[in-house]
Amino acid sequence: MLKIKNIDVYRGSTHVLHHLNLEVKDGEIVSLIGANGAGKTTTLRTISGLLRPKNGEILYKTDTNSHPIDTTSLPPNEIVKLGISHTPEGRGIFPQLTVKENLLVGAYNRVDDQIESDLLSMYNMFPILQKRSRLDAGKLSGGEQMMLSLGRALMSRPKFLILDEPSLGLAPLIVEQIFDMLKRINEQGVTILLVEQNAVMALELSSRAYVLETGRIVLEGESADLITNKKVQDAYLGGAES
Amino acid sequence: MSFDYIVQQIANGITLGSMYALVAVGFSMIYGIMRLINFAHGDIVMIGAFTTLYLLQNIGLPLPIVAIMVLIVGFGVGMLVEKSIFLPMRGSPQVTGFIASLSLSIMLQNFGILILSAQPRNFNFPEYMNSIITVSTIKFKVLDVVIIVTTIVLVIALLLLINKTKLGIAIRATAQNLDVARLMGININRVIMLTFAIGSAIAAVAGLMWGGKFGQIDPLMGYIPGLKAFVAAVIGGVGSIPGAILGGFILGISEVLFVGLMPPEYSSFRDAFVFIILIVILIVMPNGLLGKNMEDRA
Repeated sequence: MLKIKNIDVYRGSTHVLHHLNLEVKDGEIVSLIGANGAGKTTTLRTISGLLRPKNGEILYKTDTNSHPIDTTSLPPNEIVKLGISHTPEGRGIFPQLTVKENLLVGAYNRVDDQIESDLLSMYNMFPILQKRSRLDAGKLSGGEQMMLSLGRALMSRPKFLILDEPSLGLAPLIVEQIFDMLKRINEQGVTILLVEQNAVMALELSSRAYVLETGRIVLEGESADLITNKKVQDAYLGGAES
Repeated sequence: MSFDYIVQQIANGITLGSMYALVAVGFSMIYGIMRLINFAHGDIVMIGAFTTLYLLQNIGLPLPIVAIMVLIVGFGVGMLVEKSIFLPMRGSPQVTGFIASLSLSIMLQNFGILILSAQPRNFNFPEYMNSIITVSTIKFKVLDVVIIVTTIVLVIALLLLINKTKLGIAIRATAQNLDVARLMGININRVIMLTFAIGSAIAAVAGLMWGGKFGQIDPLMGYIPGLKAFVAAVIGGVGSIPGAILGGFILGISEVLFVGLMPPEYSSFRDAFVFIILIVILIVMPNGLLGKNMEDRA
């Protein structure tokens, strides 16, 4: 589905990502873990077109039979049209748009006639959003904002969902709900690339994972193997977790 | 000083305030979405005024058609300016756009002098615009009524566009968070260009009104409406559309009342008075009357 080949990304004059390779296959949940400043967010922003790699390519296939497209020369709005949806760090809701308007923005590029019915299914999935539909989104709690952010992403009917730190700043119970939802979304056929600080939860949810350290992939493999890996445990799982 | 006199002055203030509001609204929209203090906004007023003069007096088109064409010309000039000057600067520091707009303003003024000469031109609306309507004891020129009604229509249309349409949601989303707007699939360059063009179109129509109201136009005429719109937008809370409208009316009415109620020898200090109002409001409410803190956009 997505194949990142040898990209180098700079922010200003800082070399952030070094020859990064990463692959996400159709239907997978892949997590990308690493310390603060390792380049996780930069990786995601490069996939969605907010940043451009200096070299290398990012190949994306809308389905298994289609011809791969190199997205590195496309602007973000064209990348969204390919079915890639990126939920940014900090949730990125529009605080002065209503909850309903936020959801509708998610469907910005759609021209079909099922936007209204998708809106209703979001309200079914997250009843709290229906209750608050006319409220400015900035007035929602952190957990509600995360649900809005997720609902807004689904409004684009993505094939490939990118999530940046969905657990950030949320109570454990809410985080668990969100992760359950991610699992259900994946079961409905949406491929997921997940960046998380909470490495345990990320590794438990995903099938494969990559470990990023100062802009380089230092480990990759099955999540189940990584969770018992000594190095991963020491660095990201606080040792005592397992 | 009679009650009627004061009402009459307020009516005059509303006319002036309408024009300030129209210029301020575009100024504020452009700031809201680009964080650009557009010094050239007043010069679009000048372009609107000269377009009106040409279409009305040289070609002899009827006024309503002229007004529509002025809107289109303003829209086109706005598109051209945004695409050729501000698009290439996207992502640069705020001060870059600020200096560019100052340069553009001076350039437009000097071009105006070069092509049109600095000589003020008389600006004559059809005679019926100057006939008087009397409502009980208050006298309005037809022109004043036209200015006020046109302003109301344009403001309502704009608010509907911003609040009820898909483009409106995209404009607000882009103003609130540029990067997330892009992640939603919004073509921000297109949305920004349209916002700039809409603001410019409205300013051009204000130029038509300005010419009609004051009877004379020249290539440097944009300075005052541009400056006053800036003040009105800041009073209302820059970036806020209702704020810009409110600011425009507060400014217009208080300016006219100052001139009308103070002894005549003070009337030349109206601008000092305007800026005192501005400073007092900003001391009490640093974000303006309806403004939100605009610095926190990601």
